[in-house]
Parts: sequence; C-alpha cells; structure tokens
Amino acid sequence: MSTMNLAAERQARSTGRGRRFAALVRKESLQVMRDPSSILIAFVLPLILLVIFGYGVSLDATRTRIGLVIENSTPIAQDLAASFQASRYFDVVVGRDRREFEEDLVLGRIRGILVIPANFVEEGAGGGSPQLQIIVDGSDPNTANFVQNYAQGVVGNWMAQRAAEVTARTPPIVVEQRFWFNPELASRNFLVPGSIAIVMTLVGTLLTSLVVAREWERGTMEAMMATPVTAAELLAGKILPYFILGLASMTLCVLIAVFVFGVPFRGSVLALYALSASFLMPALGQGLLISAATKNQFLASQLALLSAFLPAFLLSGFLFEIASMPRIIQMVTVIVPARYFIPSLQSVFLTGDIWPMFLQSIGVMLFMGTLMFLLAARNTRKRIA
Amino acid sequence: MWWTRLKALIVKELLAVLRDPRSRLILVGPPIVQLLVFSYAATLEVKNVDVLVLDRDAGKWSQELIHRIDGAPTFRSITGVDSLAELRNGIDRQRAIAAIHIGPTFSRDIAAGRSADVQIILDGRRSNASQIVAGYLNQIVNGLAADVTAGRPAGPTVGVVPRNWFNPNLNFQWFMVPNLVAAVALLIGLVVTALSIARERELGTFDQLMVSPLRTHEILIGKVVPPMMIGAFHLTIYILAAVFVFGVPLRGSLIMLYGSGVFYLLSVVGVGLFISALSMTQQQAILGAFLFMVPAMLLSGFATPIENMPGWLQPVTFANPLRYFLVIVKGVFLKDPPFSEVLRNTVPLAIIALVTLGAAAWLFRRRME
Repeated sequence: MSTMNLAAERQARSTGRGRRFAALVRKESLQVMRDPSSILIAFVLPLILLVIFGYGVSLDATRTRIGLVIENSTPIAQDLAASFQASRYFDVVVGRDRREFEEDLVLGRIRGILVIPANFVEEGAGGGSPQLQIIVDGSDPNTANFVQNYAQGVVGNWMAQRAAEVTARTPPIVVEQRFWFNPELASRNFLVPGSIAIVMTLVGTLLTSLVVAREWERGTMEAMMATPVTAAELLAGKILPYFILGLASMTLCVLIAVFVFGVPFRGSVLALYALSASFLMPALGQGLLISAATKNQFLASQLALLSAFLPAFLLSGFLFEIASMPRIIQMVTVIVPARYFIPSLQSVFLTGDIWPMFLQSIGVMLFMGTLMFLLAARNTRKRIA
Repeated sequence: MWWTRLKALIVKELLAVLRDPRSRLILVGPPIVQLLVFSYAATLEVKNVDVLVLDRDAGKWSQELIHRIDGAPTFRSITGVDSLAELRNGIDRQRAIAAIHIGPTFSRDIAAGRSADVQIILDGRRSNASQIVAGYLNQIVNGLAADVTAGRPAGPTVGVVPRNWFNPNLNFQWFMVPNLVAAVALLIGLVVTALSIARERELGTFDQLMVSPLRTHEILIGKVVPPMMIGAFHLTIYILAAVFVFGVPLRGSLIMLYGSGVFYLLSVVGVGLFISALSMTQQQAILGAFLFMVPAMLLSGFATPIENMPGWLQPVTFANPLRYFLVIVKGVFLKDPPFSEVLRNTVPLAIIALVTLGAAAWLFRRRME
C-alpha cells in the first residue's frame, strides 16, 4: 500500500515537473517569436551572410589589375608581354614608362607594376639570365603574394613553352596536381559551410546571452527562481527554444548552400545534425555563462562578440590557417568550439562521412558544452544564494 | 546657458557607459587583447605545413625530392605512408594538407631521359591554403627538374625580381594593425551609440529627458559626442600600439588621419544613432548593430579586396563607412597619400554622417510627437 502511494506520488511529481517544464518552454518560445530581432538574427542575418560569402568574399584572386611596362621592344620581350596579356589572372594595362604607373600604385588603382627592362635581352645574350622586375603593392600582403606567385607562374609556363620550341624535348618531370573534394577550387565551397558555423554561434551565444542577461537586468530571473522550478530546469527551458532556433537556422542555411549556391553535399543528414547539435551545446552554454556572469546586456553583447563571434571567425581555421599562427595563438584556438566544428562541417559538405574525425569533434564539443553548463549552473545558483 | 545643459548631458552619457567598473574594463581590456591576438592570427600566409609522401620509387631522385621538401622552411613534417588507402585516410582526416605520390619508375625515368611523373594531391576543403602549398611544391619540383636537365640544351631562363613597395618584407602586421585601427572604432562605437537611446527607452528615462529643458538637437549632440570621445580614445590607443608595439611606419600625416577620423566617427555614430532610434529595446539595438556591423566588416576590403567582388555587389560598399576609412588608415600608415586622395575618401564619410544623423533626428522627432 505504502509503496503504491509512493509510486503514485512520484508519478504525480514527475508529471508536475513535465507540465512545469512544458510551460517554461512555451513561455520562452513565445518570447523568441514575439521579438522581431531574434528572427532577424536567426533568419535574415544568415541570408545576408550566405550571400556575402557565396558571392562577395572570394579568396580567389581573379583578374588582378597590373601595369605592364615594356622598355624593350625585341620579339622575345614582346612574346613574354603577350603571355601576360593572355593570362586569365591579370588585367593588364600597358605603358612605356614605369613612372606612369607609380601614382596608380599609391592610389591603389593597380596592384603591381611589371617591368620588362631595356637591358632584358642583352643580359641574356651575355650569359646571365634576363631579369624581369615586378613591383607590388605591399600594403596588402595577400594580394602582393598572389601577384608575385601568378607572375612567376606565367613566366614559368612561358619558359617551358619556349624550351619545348627550342629543344622539342619532353620536360624532365611532369607534375600532376589534384585538388580533392573541390577540384574547381571555388573558395565559396568552403566559405559557405564555414559561415553556417558563424551563424550558429550568433544564434547560440549572442542571442542567448542577450535574452538571459535581460532577464537578469529586469529582475525576472530572480522571480523565476522563487517558483518551484529548479535551476537546471530553468536553464534547460531557456535554451531549448534557442537550440531549436539554431537548428532551424542551420537547416535554412544548408538548403540555401546546396540549392542556391550549388555547394556539394556528400555526407549524411545524420552526421550534419549530430555535429550541429553537438556544436550548439558549447555555444548555448557559453551564452548562458556570459549572461549569468554579466547580468547586463551591453556587457553580454561585448563579451559574446569577443569570446564567441570573433574567435569563430578568426581562430577557427575558417579563414586563416591555424598551423600558420604563432604557437601561443595556436594554443588559444584549442578552446574555441568552432575550431572543431568547422573542419567537420566542411567535410560533411565536401568529402562525405568521416566518422572517426566527426566523433572526435563531437566528443570535444560535448565535453566543452558540459563544462560550460556546469559553470553556468553554478554561477546561477551562487548569485541567488 | 545651452552649453551648461549640454555639458551636463554629455557627462551623464559618459557616466552611463563608464560608471560600471566592468563596463570600463570591457571598453579598454578586450580591444587590446583583440589587437594582440587578431593581428597575429589573421594571416593568409601558409607556414608549418604537414605533407604525406607515398614513395613507391625509393630511388636516388625520389629521395632527393623528399630531401628538398624537408629542407624548405614552409614544411613542418613529412610523414611517409605505405599505401594509397593510408594516403587517402590521412587527407580525409586532415592530418596533412597535401600528399605527394611518387610512382615506382620515377628515378628510372629520369635516368633514361623520359619524363617522370609525380602526383600532388591537395585538400580542396582548404583550397586557398592548398593552392599556396601547391605553388611551393611546384617550385621545389621545378628546381629539381632544372638540376636534372643541367648541362642539357634548354630554352631561355628568365629571373623574376620582386620588389614590394610600402612594405618591403610583406610583414602581415603592417597590413592587419591599420585595418584593426579602423575596425575597432566601428565595433565599439556602434554598440555604445545604438544602446544610448534604446536603453533610455527601455528604462523609461527617455520621457524624463524629453520633459527636460534640453532641445531636440541638444539631446542629439549630447548623444553623439560621448561615443565619439570613446571612439577617438580607441583610435589613439591603437595608433600608439601600431607605431610603438608593432613598429608599423607612420609615413603620412597624423593630422589628416585624425581629420578624416572625426568624420569616420561621426558616420559610425550616425549609423548607431539611427539604429537606436529604430529600436524599441536594447536587445533590438544590439542585434540591429550586429546586422549592420557584420556585412560592413566583410564588405569593406578588410579581408578581401573590393575589386574581387562581383559588379552588382560593389555599389553596396559605397554606403559602408569602414570602406573609406580603411583606405585612409592604410594609406596614411604605409603610403603617405596626397591630400586629394584623403579628401576623396573623407567626403563620402561626411555624406554618410549627414544622412544617418539627419535620419536619426527625423525618427527621433517623429517618435516624440
């Protein structure tokens, strides 16, 4: 009899908890849907970002404008000049005097000046190799590097062609290059998946930290604490709507990436959702932690920007290679959740399911998420006591 | 008289941001950390590259090729693999960005004067970095090829002598730090301003401000000046750090930089105030500021040159204050641009400021009635 009572009581308590939790989730969901700014961040900003990454931000140097000065009018110099003009990497403006272009370089109208000097052939005839000079705008080292490399490439091809004409021999070593997963070398194919991680960081961390910070600011968080709801339920109820919002926003992005931008999708939907759900854990946990620690919307927004958004952008391998960074900064990237998410997400799109890699990322992200939640829960309880 | 009123409002606005010690900290600490971390992190250089080698030849020339790659400073590690499956697995799991596959007849082909094949496999998921790695590997192979053919008749060899103006060693920080000088003022200025009216509205103090003797334009000036002061403070800190910590040369005129900086800050504050006037809550203001800031950063020429963007997108960048100020900051630091060039990029800033501040004032008045 008494055991039956106990069981009934336990059941009553658990349904009570279920109802309480459902009410909490409903309240939070309504709050999300009523505020146009959450929709703006979850659906409009992703669209803008995808368009920018799909069309605007391209790391592929296409037709860089350079000035070409031909101080030497021998046929061989003309031939070399012609191969620059034919190159698809350069948009060539021809001039006679390098001073014509110097001002253009200062004003950024051209990115480099290529000079075929007057003594180009004489040096060659004298036994030394003829020299070509390239002046590039070092104020943008990336473009400067591209211009240098492509110029070397054009000269290399030109030499190989001339050599073939002179000796009619096969070249000694033939290099065959294969770019796996992305043979057309479209930077869009890895930027668009990467930007999905940025969008999820915004929804997970920025939006969550703002909403919860506002509750603290207004004192409604304390009011919630006074109800029978436990801290764990409260936090879970807070993040569930944002978890769903994050996945919805991700789904929208993936559909656009695949059907509008034509990014290949070679992995499985299961892997996509498993990875995304795991990434949302540390993202949401961080949002909660920031709000519990600051209790102020301005501070929360700045902290979210600095600790989540910018690292996801700059320290995740999204745009910049982690291996190229100084060692200290490489160590900092270890605690950036996006660092584990982005390579796996790019693989789901471009390579396929590589479960050993995915499981490792998922493990690390879930661990980070748990840690953040524990810290957030501790912070929440402590503040109230 | 109006001046005392205005001063009181400016002091009050500054206090609203600076009163809280944590706010003070967040306005000073993170921007400096940001400068240190991001100026070193944001590099498109490729260093410390790991490669895999499947050497099925193990002859004299394949050893020589591996040796040369090992000796190149760009490469950190070379890992030998025994099978194509192992190679594929290594690339799939991103253990290495590139793999070199040397066929069994490589050395024999070279010795016999036939053309020898070598295959380079690259991770296209990181197509930007892998293209650069491919460039390095090709250079090494071409060097080897040149030595193989040494003594045989060949075509002309042309040397390319590169010269980098404005930044002779292509030092990345010289590029990044001036960029960050412009970006930080946007990052902070925008949010501080966007919050100013929205906060008062949310807390209900906006009505109190309305019934005070302050005139509308005085309230606006009071809202514009404090964020500009904060922005100017950040500009100064970053310029000092650029010169004294990072050793970026300051070749142009500091007066021109600050002169156009005033208009830049005005335009940033104008955008922030406009967002603030539109928003009902602080959350909307912050998210609205983000909605402007993220595209503004990406479409400014900061990460990628504007001329690489498609033609229909380029006009969008005309409304972006960061675009113009980036040209000025980078120019003044590295190039010493003529006054006309600075002016050409300052006029659009003044126009953006005029339009956004005007629109904010109009919204502000309309809300009041």
